[in-house]
Amino acid sequence: MSGNQSNVDSVQSRRVTWEGCSVLLDINDGDRLVFSRLTENSTLKIGKKNYSLRPLIGCPFGSLFQVEYGAEGSKLSRLLRSAEVSNIEDNGDYQPVEEHRDNRELVDNNKAQSLSGEDIEELRRQGATGDEIIEALIANSATFEKKTAFSQEKYRLKKQKKYAPRVLLRRPVARSICETYFTKYPARIGFMRVDTLSLLLSMANVAANSDILVVDMVGGLLTGAVAERMGGSGYVCNMYLESSPYPMDIVRMFNFGDEICKRIVRTSLSDLCSVQNDPSEQMGHDVSIQNDPSEQMGHDVSATANSSNEQMCSHETLTEPSGMEEIALPSENEVSKCKIPKAGDKASQETIDLWKANGFSSLIVAAPELDTWNTVKDLMPHLSHSAPFAIYHQYLQPLATCMHRLQSEKMAVGLQISEPWLREYQVLPSRTHPCMQMSAFGGYILSGVKICNPESA
Amino acid sequence: MLALDPSKKLSFNKTIADGDLVIVYERHDTMKAVNVSEGSVFQNRFGVFKHSDWVGRPFGSKVYSNKSGYVYLLAPSPELWTLVLSHRTQILYITDISFVIMYLEIVPGCLVLESGTGSGSLTTSLARAVAPTGHVYTFDFHEQRAASAREDFERTGVSSVVTVGVRDIQGKGFPDELCGMADAVFLDLPQPWLVIVSAAKMLKPDATLCSFSPCIEQVQRSCEALRMNFTDIRTFDVLLRAYEVREVKNDSMQGHGGSPSQQPPCKRRQTSEGSNKQESISSTIMARPSAEAKGHTGYLTFARLKCSE
Repeated sequence: MSGNQSNVDSVQSRRVTWEGCSVLLDINDGDRLVFSRLTENSTLKIGKKNYSLRPLIGCPFGSLFQVEYGAEGSKLSRLLRSAEVSNIEDNGDYQPVEEHRDNRELVDNNKAQSLSGEDIEELRRQGATGDEIIEALIANSATFEKKTAFSQEKYRLKKQKKYAPRVLLRRPVARSICETYFTKYPARIGFMRVDTLSLLLSMANVAANSDILVVDMVGGLLTGAVAERMGGSGYVCNMYLESSPYPMDIVRMFNFGDEICKRIVRTSLSDLCSVQNDPSEQMGHDVSIQNDPSEQMGHDVSATANSSNEQMCSHETLTEPSGMEEIALPSENEVSKCKIPKAGDKASQETIDLWKANGFSSLIVAAPELDTWNTVKDLMPHLSHSAPFAIYHQYLQPLATCMHRLQSEKMAVGLQISEPWLREYQVLPSRTHPCMQMSAFGGYILSGVKICNPESA
Repeated sequence: MLALDPSKKLSFNKTIADGDLVIVYERHDTMKAVNVSEGSVFQNRFGVFKHSDWVGRPFGSKVYSNKSGYVYLLAPSPELWTLVLSHRTQILYITDISFVIMYLEIVPGCLVLESGTGSGSLTTSLARAVAPTGHVYTFDFHEQRAASAREDFERTGVSSVVTVGVRDIQGKGFPDELCGMADAVFLDLPQPWLVIVSAAKMLKPDATLCSFSPCIEQVQRSCEALRMNFTDIRTFDVLLRAYEVREVKNDSMQGHGGSPSQQPPCKRRQTSEGSNKQESISSTIMARPSAEAKGHTGYLTFARLKCSE
């Protein structure tokens, strides 16, 4: 057991990237967010250029990279902390001194900048760094000195984003993955906000060595988040109620090792209900699972399992003009060298039998396309007594109906429908206030505890 | 409460045994933690319950008193514990707790530091999140409070993953032997800005910190202190709105039949359920937000230690 555990630890606490690892690239402070896998050949497109992601391999998560121009063209190179600080020194430490300048003399006539585009190109050819170009732009701006300190900072930041774009290497974990999807593709995760996801996990008492029954129609986000909390112990049973499993591609964004992947299994409700499984039938299911992923990934935006590197690039060019953000999954060819463990095998008969005998320790449902009450009614008998459950929905009514039925059929206690509310604040010297933009809605949760009711059982 | 040993899985339909901690559920807002002891009784307004009647029953059972009143016996979880623990201080509730654990990126195997321990509400959830291989070091400067917290952690069965230290973290910082080992630090202190330099020393690169403060002035000062060594500094407020659900029966005859009645729906229901059961009764399930809610608990400021070379 101890051997197993240390293995889990090494996977979980990896804070340095490796070849084949999944990363979240944050370009220019959240302007773009891209999932990628670090390989020898993977690239990231910024502006019109593709940059190799090779320099990112072996760097700690949290490292910052900047486009640097050198003799052999531009590349991503790591910004060391000293450089980072000197560059943004007036960002945080700015004291709220009395501001004497204002913008009364600012005339927007496009004549303030005396450097032309050709001048900048020339600077580049001479090997000027992004920072040097920014300094040149400031030196040649007729209005910069007259701007207030705030607008000077804004100007600098704007030019930095254009001439010296930065890439922050983020660790893909439940928090960052959920936030990225919620920002970029909320529909794919059923509009589930990160605080809602966090509540689902606590309300369902997700912990090590438990068996969590999950109905995940939010792309695998829920399955991944649950598996992350269990750290390679117990089981996440990703249950499907129809004929084929639901896609769980998002699980691949997490850097799960073999230990955790083995703990993510799939079962159909009929398999769980059937008295004795016919082995031939099981075979049939296996085949369908193997066929499915490619089909599922077709729905997904990005490079599908069999696509080549070029396809990935063409995909990027396709999405670029629309202003959409790519979530670039790696192609399988590309990462064949470094094996990525696969999650979502069919649950073994042995495991299913254990669940039948003991019940699951909790249930989480995020299935906007299923009838909530019918789903819950079918799954409740498979929970052990006193098991907590949490049901997600983006609409209130299905949960209200479900809650009423659970109450009137005396199946559960501690029933509550709740809606989290999350507000972010800008905290700056003399400029603290709630953020101007906020998400007004992150979904509803129905939670409760199953009771042991001999009459209904 | 936690299944630290994989052979004793949480899901296994357990029956209540002598010595077990159970949550006695009367109503959603009336619960109590009780340790089962064969000779004892539990008493409430519904009568006297003999513990000996509870032993051998599955968790989740409905049990009766001498006056045939009843309660449910639930298996303990950090969420239920938060609702029943004895308040020695203000405590954190599920909304903040859940968000903190998610945002601090705490997973099994993590080493987490907390100050102060308070009543141990958050600590219990932190323990669940780091179990079975991680550890929570929690500190409080109040000797007695720390001792009570230790007793609680024994009682809830999380003590093997939690160490309670008595230490004035605000005055002395975190102990040096934990330097560079922490995956996350949580601060709930009156002057958190005094501890930020020490917290930075404890954390691994890119590891996370959270400071909980009720007042914006505290947040302001903490953020200023954080800007030195931290990045990704973000402040939030997270609240929960609860909904009430009820069934309202409408008499659809009303529509056709003359006088629109002004009677409240509840009265209608009583008469209709009584004598003349007709299919003209339809019902609607309706939900509305509860009239009262917590408007503020505290601001949660998160930050990430900058990666030095």
